[in-house]
This record gives sequence, structure tokens and C-alpha cells, in this order.
Amino acid sequence: MIRIANGQGFWGDWLEAPVRLVEQGPIDYLALDYLAEITMSILQKQKEADPSLGYARDFPPLIARIQRRLREREIKVIANAGGVNPIACALEVRRVAPSLKVAVVLGDDVSGRLDEFLAAGHAMKNMDTGEPLSTIRDRILSANAYIGAFPLAEALEAGADVVIAGRCTDTALSLAPMIHRFGWKPEEWDKLAAGTIAGHIVECGAQCTGGNCQVDWQSIPDMANIGYPIIEAEPDGRFNITKHEGTGGRVSVDVVKEQLLYELGDPKNYITPDCVADFTSIQLKDAGPDRVQVSDIRGGPRPEMLKLSIAYSYGWKAIGTLVYSAPQALEKSKAADRIVRERLDQLGLKFEEIYTEFFGVNACHGPVAVPNPDPPEVQVRIGVRGQDRKAVDRFTRELIPLVLSGPPTGTGFGDGRPPVREVVAYWPALIPRELIQTSVEVVE
Amino acid sequence: MKIPLSRIAHARSGDKGDTSNIGVIAFDPRHYPVLAREVTSKRVKQFFGEMVKGQVERYELPNLGALNFLLHDALGGGGTLSLRIDAQGKTLGAALLRLEIEVSESELAS
Repeated sequence: MIRIANGQGFWGDWLEAPVRLVEQGPIDYLALDYLAEITMSILQKQKEADPSLGYARDFPPLIARIQRRLREREIKVIANAGGVNPIACALEVRRVAPSLKVAVVLGDDVSGRLDEFLAAGHAMKNMDTGEPLSTIRDRILSANAYIGAFPLAEALEAGADVVIAGRCTDTALSLAPMIHRFGWKPEEWDKLAAGTIAGHIVECGAQCTGGNCQVDWQSIPDMANIGYPIIEAEPDGRFNITKHEGTGGRVSVDVVKEQLLYELGDPKNYITPDCVADFTSIQLKDAGPDRVQVSDIRGGPRPEMLKLSIAYSYGWKAIGTLVYSAPQALEKSKAADRIVRERLDQLGLKFEEIYTEFFGVNACHGPVAVPNPDPPEVQVRIGVRGQDRKAVDRFTRELIPLVLSGPPTGTGFGDGRPPVREVVAYWPALIPRELIQTSVEVVE
Repeated sequence: MKIPLSRIAHARSGDKGDTSNIGVIAFDPRHYPVLAREVTSKRVKQFFGEMVKGQVERYELPNLGALNFLLHDALGGGGTLSLRIDAQGKTLGAALLRLEIEVSESELAS
């Protein structure tokens, strides 16, 4: 049996979680997920400004902080912290933790190959809208293929203490140690599906140990010290989900079910580069305090196409807010919204969308919100999005004047006018897998 | 009798682009047939009204006593485009638990 922990559900997750995982009990592998769909484009911009950047900058200081424990307990780290510059990330890790062997997985970055792909007749149509990539070609900021667990396992074979990847699937981070230690082969679909589902359960960190859980949430103990998840994996594909003893949170069948359903599409066809996992085969069993057994998982052959994650510059947006108090807080907020829209209209400003929410009334649940006829205060939240940066910038100046020139009791403007933000949009597409070649490089 | 879905089920929701997914899970697996009968794609689409511009798809996971709903064009453009506070649909599962379902006393007791 091997223990694989996940200590980071996204870049920005709890900094103490991975430290506690290596301190508070036994683990063999520490998986860390840093990349959301558009993170790559942010990192690409950082790399363009400074060629030594473009990776998750929280990662090297973390390794520096836990390096002694990693050595003492022979814990290996697998992270997609490399972003668009895995080599630079590895060099920085080597600088702060010189005694650790570091390997990088390369080949996911295809930003320099898109024209080659287009010329060869690969349209890379948007999987959601069907539009061809050529419509946004000149606005692309980054392009990466999602790679699977086998290249990461290869880096573990090379004896790496720290494996740094760019855009790999979240599930690959946990599956790779199983492939490495159990010798699973590319056609063992059931086992690969089991490891993939184990990875899916832990990829959002504490969301499978009691975080964001609706079942008896008030009774979940000690969330301040919540334990992050650990997979106890067996060579035959069975596994348990658990957490370190003495930590907060809860691992139960209900909690694990919620996370299994999280961000799920067709449950019979959970597609990764490694296999297609069938969530309708999963059997869960309570296996003691804070321990759930997962078994009977079936899988099918890996797909012929890999998914590309392409980020492109879409336009601009800004979201501004004002607060109105009772009495008639909602009516005042609605009046403020009407005035702003009328003034924007008079200026002749055009937007792709103007969207207003009344925070405290219906922002989260829209038309199905619990009615609240006379709330003590309401925040009116107005957002605009468009291609014209100047128009969006002008909008940001239209809210605060209402404090003096609109309905009474307007407040909550202390942060000044809202920032104009670039909208970087996500373009999911497919590419034949034989076009993507990965390689492993040990960084000395 | 009519009860809110929250009496027999819990839920978690998230996003994939402009699609929100809501997993609805029976507390007691024996109530799964009630979920399957009452919480149809059509009812979920009706419940959310103008919030969901596209279709609602439903997938069944009897092994987990659960249903998975995909609500298309439901997040104001999704991801970075969305101007909503809940651009990821994190709260939509909690909203759906207010759906009223029809259940007999014997079903509820089982």
C-alpha cells in the first residue's frame, strides 16, 4: 500500500496544508495542483515580462520549507507548478533545496506549434461553440495539451524527489505514483480508471475531507485544522480515502459522494489522456473513522485525441458596487441601476453585456432566491464587458457620483472606482495524441 | 405530500465553462427511486427559469444514489467572461434543494 496526499486544490489554496501533510503523519507522495484553466495565460504574461518567471511562485518556497521532512521520510512531490516555464521552476527549486533531485516533464506547451497544426489541417474547433481556431488566432496567449500520468511516472522512474510538470491533468498527479510503484501498464484500464477516480476525489484538497460539504456541515469538527486528503492505494486498484489522525474535518461516504459528483459531466465517460473512467461502477464503503473504501471501478481505452487548453484575449470587464440601507434598500438599489444605465446610454457607450445583481436579495440564486422583501441593506453590483477598453474605463467612473447625485443612503464606495480587467477566455479543443511528444529532463 | 428536496438529498455544484453541474445525492440510497422519478431534467429547467438559457441534461448514478445535472448556458458566459458573483455556480446546488417534490408517506418512511 502507498499513501498519496493532495496538499493543494488550486493555486491560492491553504499554504499550511502541504506542510501539515508531511508533518502530521505518514505519506509517501505529495501531489500539488496549481493550475486552473486560465492560469497558464497569466503565467505566460509573467514570462514575457521576465523570462525567469512563468511558474507557480509559491512552490519553491514551499519545497524549501519542507525539504528536511521530504528527505527524512523519503516523500516524493509531484506538482504541476511548472506552468509555462517548468525549467525555470526547477532551477529555483534546486537553488533553494540543492539536495533534492528535480525532474521536469516537457512537451505540453504547444503555443509555438499551432500554425504547424493548422497547416496540417487540424482546425482545433472550440469544443463548446464549434468555431475554428483561426477566428482568434492572433489573440492567443497560451496553448497547452493536457498530458496524462505516464510521463510523470517516467520522471519518478528517473529517481526524482520533485517532479515538476506544466499542463497535466489534475488526476495524473495522483495516478502517476500508482503507475510507478505498482507497474501498471497502459492497457490496464480498470486500474488506471481507479487511480484516476482516486485523483478526482482528492484533486480539490479538503473538499473530500469535509470542506464545502452540505451534510451536517455544522457538526464537522475543527475545520480550522482540517486534514487534507490521503489516498491509501493498493496494487489491485482498490483504495481508501482518509486523512491524518487528529486533524479536523470528516471523511465519510456522504462527503466522498459529494466530491465524486463535483464538476462531473457524463459519469460513464470521464475522459483523461490515460483512460476513460466509469463513475457508475464505483462502490463506496465506510471503512472506519474518517476512512472510506472505494472499489469495483471499471475503465475503458484512452482516447485518440488529447484536449488542448488555449487561452486568448477576449476583451475587458469591470464590476462596481454601491450599498444602500433600509428603508427601501432594494428600491434605492434598483433606482441606482436605472440611473447608471441611462447615463451610460446617453454617453453612447456600447457593451457586449451589462449585468446587475442585488447582493443580499438575489445575487446567488436569481429568480429562485428566498424572498426577502425588506432587507436591511442591499449592495447593487453592476458589471460590464466589451471589446472597447475606453468604454469599460468610462463605466468605472459612473458609480461613485451616485452617492451625491442618486437615491439616498448610498455608501460603500471606499475602495474607489473599480479596476478594469482584461478578460482572458478559455478555448477548449482537441488534437491527435500522436502530435504531442513528452520528455523528462533531470535538472542538475 | 409535498416536501423540499433538502429533506431527502444533499447536493454539490460547480462549473465547466458556461455549464453548471449539480450533483444531487439521496441521504438514504433507498430514496434514490424517488429522486429519479421527481427530479427530472424538465423540472430542473423549469425551476431555474431564466437563469438557465440552455438545455438541462440528466445522468443517473444509482450506485451512489445520485443524479448529475448539466445546466447549459447557465453561468453568464462562464469562467472569466461571467459578470456574476457566483460565476462558478457554487451555490446552485443549494438553490435546487428548495425544489418541492411529491412523495408518499410510505416512501419517506422506507
